[in-house]
Amino acid sequence: MKEAVEGEKRAFMSGNEVVAWAALAAGADFMYGYPITPQNEIMHYWRRLAPEYGRGFLQTEDELSAGFATIGGILSGKVAFSATAGPGTVLFQEPLSMAEMMRIPLVVVIQQRGGPSTATVIYSQQEVTLACFGGNGEGLRLVYSTSSHQELYDYTIKAFHRAWRYRFPTLVLGDGYQAKMHEALTLYNPQERGWGKVPAEPILGLDRKGSVRHLRNTFSVEEELAETLRRSLADYRKAAEELVEYEFLGEWGGELLVVAHGIVGRAARAAVRGLRAEGRRVNFFRPITLRPFPGQAFQEALRASGGALLVVESAQGQLGRIIKEALAEEESGSFQTLYRPGVGITAEEIMEAVPL
Amino acid sequence: MRSWKIVVAGEGGQGVQALAQTLALAAYHGGLESLYIPNFGIEQRGGVSLAMVQLSAAPIGAPKFQIADLIVALSPRSYRRCFQHLGPETMVLYDSSLMEPPRVEDQVVGLQAYDTIAPEAFAERVGRHPRREESPPPGRRLIAIPASDLARKHLHPRVFNMIVLGAIGAITGMVELELIKEALAKKLDRRFAKDPDLKENNFKALELGWEKGTQAAKEAAVGAEV
Amino acid sequence: MSELSMPRSWNRESKPHRFCPGCGHGLVLKALGEALDQLQLSRRTVFACDIGCSLLAWDFFDVDSLQTHHGRTIPVMVGLKRAQPEQVAVAYTGDGGGYAIGLQHLISAAVRDDAITVILVNNTTYAMTGGQMAPTTLLGQKTETTPFGRDREETGLPFKGPEALAALASPEAYIARGTVSKIKPLTKLLVKALQRQLEGHFSFVEALSTCPTNWRTNARETWGFLEQVMSSYYPVGEFPAGAGAREEAQLTS
Repeated sequence: MKEAVEGEKRAFMSGNEVVAWAALAAGADFMYGYPITPQNEIMHYWRRLAPEYGRGFLQTEDELSAGFATIGGILSGKVAFSATAGPGTVLFQEPLSMAEMMRIPLVVVIQQRGGPSTATVIYSQQEVTLACFGGNGEGLRLVYSTSSHQELYDYTIKAFHRAWRYRFPTLVLGDGYQAKMHEALTLYNPQERGWGKVPAEPILGLDRKGSVRHLRNTFSVEEELAETLRRSLADYRKAAEELVEYEFLGEWGGELLVVAHGIVGRAARAAVRGLRAEGRRVNFFRPITLRPFPGQAFQEALRASGGALLVVESAQGQLGRIIKEALAEEESGSFQTLYRPGVGITAEEIMEAVPL
Repeated sequence: MRSWKIVVAGEGGQGVQALAQTLALAAYHGGLESLYIPNFGIEQRGGVSLAMVQLSAAPIGAPKFQIADLIVALSPRSYRRCFQHLGPETMVLYDSSLMEPPRVEDQVVGLQAYDTIAPEAFAERVGRHPRREESPPPGRRLIAIPASDLARKHLHPRVFNMIVLGAIGAITGMVELELIKEALAKKLDRRFAKDPDLKENNFKALELGWEKGTQAAKEAAVGAEV
Repeated sequence: MSELSMPRSWNRESKPHRFCPGCGHGLVLKALGEALDQLQLSRRTVFACDIGCSLLAWDFFDVDSLQTHHGRTIPVMVGLKRAQPEQVAVAYTGDGGGYAIGLQHLISAAVRDDAITVILVNNTTYAMTGGQMAPTTLLGQKTETTPFGRDREETGLPFKGPEALAALASPEAYIARGTVSKIKPLTKLLVKALQRQLEGHFSFVEALSTCPTNWRTNARETWGFLEQVMSSYYPVGEFPAGAGAREEAQLTS
């Protein structure tokens, strides 16, 4: 396969173009896509560049097909991805759920637009809940929220590696601003930065080692599902320790912690810098992985800031809800849980779970 | 000035996006931090076209902003879209051959995300303007350049936006003329190769704009036509 | 069924299979197994089943398999085939998955001439969900959602898949309808369909099938409905594709 990027080079381009270059540089083999604004130029650039580098593209009949065809490509051992936005992200929950169940390394770049429904083609941060917890499952996904073209490049590359290593669907959560704005970044060959090749291998079919494999998505009894979920949840918890990423600006003795993610993180960081220049002791925390959420780091940052919190987002509390869950964990003395995904709960079990 | 926040507003087809993108690209080539974002809507053609450009020596924060340092207005109705970005220090550069001196609103309450697709009436409503003034208040700088007339008279009507771009370059003083030329040549390399006259005309337009902009920056007189 | 009569491509460990007594799925899968054997394709094949009763075939064959839903077997196989053209890809689905919730995938794959084989089992009902009306439910036929018989005024005419596809598909596509009441001809159609895939083209076989559980029929009534009622509305045979696409539509500029 011809290398898309050799050495390092500075470039000035739109975010959608950045994603196409990142996927090429990461060694992605195939993109399956369906038009929706504001992600279209990812497809446009990929489609134009792909033949030169021996990569493939298919425009499908809808987002469902884009997601499932990507899964098909991945099953054959190819590094495949798609990109979508808004109502497309809603439809993508179906393939994402399947990928979650079957542990298929589905990579999707989401350029958030306004919602609900078709709303605007411009921008929002309203697809956080869908990206993190959409689908009829437990949200066993890896979600990177980027805040600059450099991060869009870095984390698109990383998404392929992490997806294939941990076998959870992986989303790069951008937005319409990031999609359309032009700014500078450094393109590089990931192999020259120690990334190696994306650890892809056939999951079904030709060139696969081992005995015949029957991949299952439906179970006859609750316990079969519970056992499958138990394993996935355990894997996810373990992976979370290695996967969480965040940015923190500040120190102990702060008076307030400003929390924002993605593009809003830039405004928040600038605001915090401005306030600090005025002598205010304001700290800044930006989760880069929204899922798994860097809860421990967040709690430490919050303690460093005297417990006061300002959550900023272009949505009505979607990041806020994630933060609240992290706060509840902090106060775990009064926040107990009895979670039994996919199986029934008896009165006896609840009585046992009630603390003495 | 260490940084510039610029809004370019015009009609679809006036080349607003190309102009803004070229400016940002030139600044990038000049080693500056630079960010360009189109205010895009659902229409493929027509309507008002807005672009935002930030040029700075320091890293740039949010891609959009409320108060602009410079508003470049190429049509009356697109200028109305910019009320929300007017502050007391905002400089307004307009094509005086296409429009009357624009009204300048004080105490404009801006909203960051309202956009080109908003219907005119709605845009007026969100950019509240408690008082209208025909003559600009002191401190506000209005720069009139009859770019369209100049282009028609001396070059070619199509290159009027390059006169505007040259003027922006001179007024902001952050990007060298040569860098703007290079950025434009890079953007239009195929068309320039096919048609050397096109290149000649565009470069001349940039130079003319630069000259007019330099004069305007020197005079910095309110409402002065150059 | 004796051990000896099992196709070699079947997974012996998952037999006896999980379908109801009298269900036609086992027969379609037998025909498919024999077709795979005949062409010696089982080592090259990936088999994908859909939601509904077809999902019970998830470990039916001794070939790599997967389960999906809502007719998405087709895009999964399209994606896999595009990324790995050496693979033989078989999408197995019911009439709900193929003709209702996933119809766009079926039509689009046929129009694009994706080199996969789609096998659609038509038993005139949504069986696993408890016997609701399917696109293929016949007029007057009683189901849980047409308790007084399917009414044309309310729900239109039953969907004729191969006829519709033949009009839309690429001229190179192979389109046929068989029936589990004639298993040898059905096997032949499946062999031809797989061969067409090997030649690089789309192929589709609808198999008329039985569902005595939801039809609430005994063995004689079941067979009678299949052979007399269904077969008269749904003629078996091959449907030359591309009737509507023969004109060259290449834009020249």
